[in-house]
Amino acid sequence: MTLGATFGVSLFGLDGNLIHIEVDISDGLPTYSLLGLPDLALSESRDRIRSALLNSHERWPNKKVTVSLSPAWLPKSGSHFDLPIAVALLAAQGLIPSERLSQTVFFGELALDGRIRQARGVLPALLALRNSEIETAVIPFENFSETRLLKNLKIIPVKTIRDVLGWLRRNEIPEQPTVIDEEIKVDTKDFSEVLGQESAKYALEVAAVGSHHVLMIGPPGTGKTMLAERFPTIMPPLTEDESIQVSAIHSLSGDLQHRGISTRQPPFVAPHHTTSRAAMIGGGSHAIKPGACSLAHRGILFVDEAPECATGVLDALRQPLESGAVTISRAIGSATFPAQFVLALAANPCPCGRFAGRGRACQCTSVQVRRYLHRLSGPLLDRIDIRLQVLPPTRESLSSHARSESSAEMRARVIEARGRSEARLLPLGISRNSEIPASLLREKLRAERSAMVFLHGELEKENITARGFHKVLRVAWSIADLAAHEIPSLSDVQQAMTLREGLELMS
Amino acid sequence: MAKNVHADQLGKSGELHVARFLEHHKCRIIERNWRIKNGEIDIIALSPEGIYLFIEVKSRSSEAFGHPLESISIGKVHRLQKLALAWLALHGKFGSEYRIDAAAVLLRRGVFEIDYREAVA
Repeated sequence: MTLGATFGVSLFGLDGNLIHIEVDISDGLPTYSLLGLPDLALSESRDRIRSALLNSHERWPNKKVTVSLSPAWLPKSGSHFDLPIAVALLAAQGLIPSERLSQTVFFGELALDGRIRQARGVLPALLALRNSEIETAVIPFENFSETRLLKNLKIIPVKTIRDVLGWLRRNEIPEQPTVIDEEIKVDTKDFSEVLGQESAKYALEVAAVGSHHVLMIGPPGTGKTMLAERFPTIMPPLTEDESIQVSAIHSLSGDLQHRGISTRQPPFVAPHHTTSRAAMIGGGSHAIKPGACSLAHRGILFVDEAPECATGVLDALRQPLESGAVTISRAIGSATFPAQFVLALAANPCPCGRFAGRGRACQCTSVQVRRYLHRLSGPLLDRIDIRLQVLPPTRESLSSHARSESSAEMRARVIEARGRSEARLLPLGISRNSEIPASLLREKLRAERSAMVFLHGELEKENITARGFHKVLRVAWSIADLAAHEIPSLSDVQQAMTLREGLELMS
Repeated sequence: MAKNVHADQLGKSGELHVARFLEHHKCRIIERNWRIKNGEIDIIALSPEGIYLFIEVKSRSSEAFGHPLESISIGKVHRLQKLALAWLALHGKFGSEYRIDAAAVLLRRGVFEIDYREAVA
């Protein structure tokens, strides 16, 4: 037989496509032509496959080899087509039985000695096979753990091309790596380590219930970063579907190993304030990669020293904040990544950072102070529901021996409150308090009568804007859920107002 | 220098073997090592079907440097095309059916192995 065929997967963003790979060997001068819009890494496959086959004591056909990747119109990129091409090449030479090849997908880059290297994006690629006739996937050994979340697919982890051939020729199943159960990842960070700051902790609890975005303003050393780092420990765990989605995104960026494969903990991503726009929202010219905001999908995106960010970087987040997804368009096409994250910003109150309390030690001029926080644009701040001031802890709180509440205790409350809000919101087609549309807040989901009267009063006194009015109500719903109130009471709404006190610093 | 002489001899005997191989297949050898300033054609033959064959022969004593035919580049193939047409024109055979073939000769333990490929260009 001079024709061999099998399957591979091409990835563009998070979208995988099944690729039919055919190899034809005919007489003629030894040439290798690769059809189907391959990129550079893929065009180099010939030399890798040739060396890998020869070093595995397999035959390389010194004939005219034509490799076709179809659908031909779809641009393909990446070195993970090495393995399926090599397999189809051996099938075309009649060196391996071909009956299994039509239900199997192969994925992996070959090393010159025949080993199969770890690949990026195995999980999203295999997710694309859910509605296909493919029953088995042959993938690199090191990527085995990330496929544990997949059902209905037989996974063959392989270390070398010999393993692949052993399976195809003699049905030898290679040994599977032992996977450590990481579902309950022990997090070393806990809120009990944060002394004092009770109001800030409470604010984060409220934020966790309703997925509200948070801005923390306070002088250096008061614990803004400490608080933010512990924010994920009080978020409800991800559902299984969410966990697969989050892991798929991290698989693409290749940092799944750091995160832990099937962990249910929401991701915490903290890009540095010098980060570029492309790193924040995603980009890349030949393979579009997810940015920090997609890596933080279903979790927390924390930007420390937010006013120090380059102009436009934070504002680029406005679109994902609005739509929950980022679409990145490049010459080769556009990719959409989900990006539903809770934004947590931290900022000093002024350039020197000491403008707090009575602001005595601050050396900044009043103009500098005023300008500093104004670097955060109005439209961005509009999307942030909770703006809290983090003040230096008092002496008593630091010396107190009373143990602070642990993350587990806080999280239990959050989960309970989230249950209440979901029971109320899911029938309406939304899931979080921060997503309640304004129209519903004025009709179906109003607060208590006295609370509404109070809010309208504030609106009249121009203490809050119309948008602020709705934001306060959304936060009030989260507070009510935490307190197990049927609907937000006057005190819930007043409390929600105080969670916006950081705003005063800005005017 | 000694090595080049060896390579030369290998090339010569390789071509001879291919010529015999062709005769064995009932081809008539018209010319060997036809040379003009633009290049050389190793063997020109006429097949029993009346097709003019232009054959490039590559001889190697081992596969250590890859398959012999791998050293025939696209540029070489184009050159062979031009040379073939030139030969046909010079001999008043322009318009006749012709084909460009390649033959690899591998000397393995004193035995010549011929790998013959038809219509390579």
